[in-house]
Amino acid sequence: MLAVEDVHLRFDGVTAIDGVSFEVGPAELFAVIGPNGAGKTSVFNVISGVYRPQRGRVRFLGEDIAGRRPHRIAAMGLARTFQNVELFHNLTVLDNLMLGRHCHFRYGALAALAWLGRARREELAARARAEDIVDFLELEAWRRHPVRLLPYGIQKRVELGRALAMEPRLLLLDEPVAGMNLEETEDMARFVLDVRDELGVPMVLVDHDMGLVMDLADRVLALDFGRPVACGTPERVQGDPEVIRAYLGGEEDRS
Amino acid sequence: MTGPRTAEAATGSQGPRPAPGVPARRGKRVRRRPLLHTSYGQDMALLDTPAKRRWTLALLAVALLLPYVLVDEMLSLLATAYVAAIGAVGLNIVTGYAGQVSLGHAFFLAIGAYTAAAISGDPDGRVIGLGVTSMLVWLPAAGLAAALAGLLVAPLAVRLRGLYLAVVTLGLVFLGEHVFKEWDHLTGGPGVGRPAAVPELFGVRFDQAGPLGSREQQLYLLMLVLLAVFALGARNLARSRVGRAFAAVRDRDIAAAVMGVDLARYKALAFAISSFYAGCAGALLYTVAGFFDPGSFNLLLSVQFIAMVLIGGVATVSGAIAGALFITLLPRLTRELPALAPFISGDITRTPNVFQVETVLYGLLIIVFLVFEPRGLFGIWVRIRNYWKSWPFSY
Repeated sequence: MLAVEDVHLRFDGVTAIDGVSFEVGPAELFAVIGPNGAGKTSVFNVISGVYRPQRGRVRFLGEDIAGRRPHRIAAMGLARTFQNVELFHNLTVLDNLMLGRHCHFRYGALAALAWLGRARREELAARARAEDIVDFLELEAWRRHPVRLLPYGIQKRVELGRALAMEPRLLLLDEPVAGMNLEETEDMARFVLDVRDELGVPMVLVDHDMGLVMDLADRVLALDFGRPVACGTPERVQGDPEVIRAYLGGEEDRS
Repeated sequence: MTGPRTAEAATGSQGPRPAPGVPARRGKRVRRRPLLHTSYGQDMALLDTPAKRRWTLALLAVALLLPYVLVDEMLSLLATAYVAAIGAVGLNIVTGYAGQVSLGHAFFLAIGAYTAAAISGDPDGRVIGLGVTSMLVWLPAAGLAAALAGLLVAPLAVRLRGLYLAVVTLGLVFLGEHVFKEWDHLTGGPGVGRPAAVPELFGVRFDQAGPLGSREQQLYLLMLVLLAVFALGARNLARSRVGRAFAAVRDRDIAAAVMGVDLARYKALAFAISSFYAGCAGALLYTVAGFFDPGSFNLLLSVQFIAMVLIGGVATVSGAIAGALFITLLPRLTRELPALAPFISGDITRTPNVFQVETVLYGLLIIVFLVFEPRGLFGIWVRIRNYWKSWPFSY
């Protein structure tokens, strides 16, 4: 599905990613963890085309996508959510979901001016798909609200919905439960599991909530200062001395 | 406010069973439940409530009756206002919906005006003219020429944003002003000018008395119909994938790209469509007066259009139209000032005169609206509507 091969990313003097490699299989839930500044979000930005890595390859569906422009990668079926909610604040929930389907429309600007025939048909069909997602994520009550007025937890859910509206073949979730209370976290965890079980979409998940990551993920990659520290099942990574050192500090740091 | 309606729309897909003979997809009107939508088609219609349908119809009827009520002077003014509204709707596409601040609207108006005038001008005249007076030729040509200019400017919008883009587009106005003043052969030169495009459609000259009435009545009706067409196009565009992509680029450009919106393409599209509207508006704007001067396309004209959008309502079509009417009719109101306030003179050589008051008013109105009602006239309308909707309760 997705293979990240020996990716290096530097900003002037700062090395953000230093030789990261991993693979995500079909229908797998893969998690990336690490302390703040470990380069988790940078990995996502490289995969989705926001950053161009200096070295290494990102293979998605058999094609090398490293350095391609974001909208081309999105059109291939890669969707993501953002750590800080990046919704279109003046649009309603429905319009945000409809925008997620941008790549699935075929009609052009001239048809849009007339809103007849093909444009109308495609819009109505897209609306039906958007309503499926409204049902799936239980967003009925918020449908017509501009997203800037919604509570934070709901905004996070709308963002997941917008990514799902793309009908992605791979979904990147950047801290889906950051800043949420226990109840919201449990809701989101249930939605993430539903996505995997009902839609069969493979996912890459970044989060700081260890309980969530260890419960949900099939495999975990731990990063520290841009370097991969450990990779494997949640139990193995949890017990890895290198991972514990990265989070809690080692012998030499304690003095 | 939208609570009950959205809950009803939820049942849209299954809804009540359609009457025999009515295709299921079309959805059916339920008696005594005018706000209940039973299909996505009904729910996504432009005029989705009976109130909107009735008022739009009433407004159109009044607009169609006006030429037989008002004096010619007012009709000319309104015809000009309708054309300005086409331009304002166009500016709102690039600045309101797509969020790319453009001060260069006067430049695109000029390109449209000169393309149209050159195509329909007298071939034996003092200035360039091809003698093709059919509006079916010069109106699209004016729009396309301006759209092309818009496409050339668009790459700048990909590199710059906000204030920087505004300053660059401002440069266009100065550039254009200079070229048009120097190019006597096309424009007639400053202080002289040239005749505007000849509005002729299917053999009917709209700038002369004809089948629809006097010159003013004919022009008024022509501009009204054109405005309706352009406004409908803009509303459709705004609710389509293109309009959503514009809004996405405006609100969060990185997220828009990650969702599959090609930023360069959509910024170019916004400039092209907006400039098309501006080109058509420029071509039509001077057919009412019949004559225009290259000095008209200055910064003040751009500022007036910005004022129309800001005062009317950013990213709304009806707001842009309201703003255009307001700004175009404003001078007519200030002309009445000397009678009310004798210290203001109607003479341009004296201070303070009505023209100065006008310029100051534009600035003041922009400030007042931005501070007190950023959503403009449209926002005021929404507040009044909501007040009466919930009357006698205040929430």
